[in-house]
Amino acid sequence: MNNSRRSFLKAAGLSVCALSGGIADVAGFPAAARAGIAPGRYGKGENALRAKRWAMVIDTRKFCGPQDYEPLVEACRAAHNVPHIKGPQEIKWFWTDSYEHGFPDDMNEHLNKNVRESAYPLLCNHCGSPPCARVCPTQATYQMEDGIVAMDYHRCIGCRFCMAACPYGARSFNFKDPRKFLPDPVPNPAFPTRMIGVVEKCTFCAERLAAGQMPACVEASQGRILFGDLEDPDSTARQALAAGYSIRRKPSLGTRPGVYYLI
Amino acid sequence: MLEKLLSGPKTYYAWLLFLLCVIAGCGLVYLQQLRMGLTITGMGRDVSWGLYISQFTYFVGVAASAVMLVLPAYFHHYVKFKRMIIFGEFMAVAAVVMCALFIVVDMGQPQRLLNVMLHPAPNSVMFYDMLVLIGYLMLNIVIGWVTLEAERLGVEPPKWIKPLIYLSILWAFSIHTVTAFLYAGVPGRHYWLTAIMAARFLSSAFCSGPAILLLLVFLARRLTGFDPGKDAVKTLSTIIVYAMCINVFFYLLELFTAFYSNIPGHQEPISFLFTGHGGHLAWVSRWMWAAVAMAFLSLALLIPPSLRNNHVLLPFALVMLVAATWIDKGLGLLIGGFTPNMYETITPYMPTFRETAVTLGIYAVGALVLSLLWKIALGVKREVNNFGD
Repeated sequence: MNNSRRSFLKAAGLSVCALSGGIADVAGFPAAARAGIAPGRYGKGENALRAKRWAMVIDTRKFCGPQDYEPLVEACRAAHNVPHIKGPQEIKWFWTDSYEHGFPDDMNEHLNKNVRESAYPLLCNHCGSPPCARVCPTQATYQMEDGIVAMDYHRCIGCRFCMAACPYGARSFNFKDPRKFLPDPVPNPAFPTRMIGVVEKCTFCAERLAAGQMPACVEASQGRILFGDLEDPDSTARQALAAGYSIRRKPSLGTRPGVYYLI
Repeated sequence: MLEKLLSGPKTYYAWLLFLLCVIAGCGLVYLQQLRMGLTITGMGRDVSWGLYISQFTYFVGVAASAVMLVLPAYFHHYVKFKRMIIFGEFMAVAAVVMCALFIVVDMGQPQRLLNVMLHPAPNSVMFYDMLVLIGYLMLNIVIGWVTLEAERLGVEPPKWIKPLIYLSILWAFSIHTVTAFLYAGVPGRHYWLTAIMAARFLSSAFCSGPAILLLLVFLARRLTGFDPGKDAVKTLSTIIVYAMCINVFFYLLELFTAFYSNIPGHQEPISFLFTGHGGHLAWVSRWMWAAVAMAFLSLALLIPPSLRNNHVLLPFALVMLVAATWIDKGLGLLIGGFTPNMYETITPYMPTFRETAVTLGIYAVGALVLSLLWKIALGVKREVNNFGD
């Protein structure tokens, strides 16, 4: 390539960058939202927890009501800077609802009182065959090699096709700037806050697993939520599944959910 | 041919000015949406698509409907459509432009639009939808422009345009099929998970699109004296009736499957659309019943040939048909898909004033594109004396 062409391309590239920055400013996106991404890849640390397919087993028998899950919900919010927004445009990664709403396929009117009246934590199921990743037009939602369904907030275009496709209502869209609803400093400065106009959801705490820690909700559950490798028969998760009766949300849809409920 | 845009009566300029004012006003509302986010819409966590995507869906159908003129004219050599065909193609261009805008205004991060091409996801229907829409836009611009220019010069269109025309016929079916696959391929949305979705989309498109075209052509006739030809109108009305009958039939098939099988998931969205929830009619229920009434009334006016060929009644029947199909696809489809929500509960959705304003702005852009393109086409038709029988 000759020099003049190279310098032309450089100038052109720089102008495009400057221009797109200008567009972002006009559109009201703060400079912080455009922070550069560090080169290289994220690697897992030496003490990272590894699995072929991560799965969660929630022992709902050991929780008494929604108040029992409150510390877990708060641990999740704090770990991921999930803002408190009221109303239908709320953001939630881990929350509780009734049996009827969590498991609407099970239309048993005569369930025993305990099961019927308990609260159930709902979150992303990190499906084995995730419809959200299938429909994403930019691969912003993707499946990691350990089965976790992850998201690239910088690539998401906010089309919300994933929200239409998720049969669990596990995804939230940032209708408003979430940073305005977070305290300063944010609860966990080590975890990135999101920008307006992108979708987000539970990550199974992939960032904590990479650092050798269990997910925030699992840690806060004091042993009542088990987390382990579904492919490993000796994992705590598999042993718990072998020992009790478990159900999953809407398994007939073929999504192969990775969150199990012991009831 | 662009010079045709520069001359016209005062009403022409007044109309353009009016559209530009509407676009500017609604554009300001969109700027507000860019600043504040999609929070200005009535959408939420449970109803995550609304008026924007439903209008996108409807206008893909309008775009595809041009094929109802192109197919008889080129596959069956039905020459009487030839005079009107350019208006169908240019209407398709305007409709695809509207579709593209509806997608952009629905996005949370519109400046990342190119990510769809930079990080292509061949497993995503939306990726294909973008490809087919861009392709269809290009096809109609090229075909429309080249054939119109040939007509103006009094020569046969170049030979290379024929394969493109045949391609555009297949392409028209593909754009609406792919749009239906956006809905029909996601698990857990009962109202959408139906194999007949694409067929329903096509039948609804092939009646509503030509109906809109005929209404606009009637308007053009009143304003400019352009005559599409008696036989062309007659044949197109017949096509509209057949497509509308099939459309209504397909909807009845959905009702049979849902209610005879007695599967709650299939019934609930339809019940919600028509009867609301918990003894309370939803606002959309009134619209749905109005759609039912208008659909059957329009058929009553369109099926008997004596009524269909009555030029006073025909526009009324067509307006009712367009309204009925718009309510079905432009409101019911999205609301029924998201209600009940994933927890089988009801989250009401109603477009906000600002959301409606942005939508109207895009309608105005569509009207502007259509007006300009039709102005050129009408100018050429007048110049070469192909303005009537």
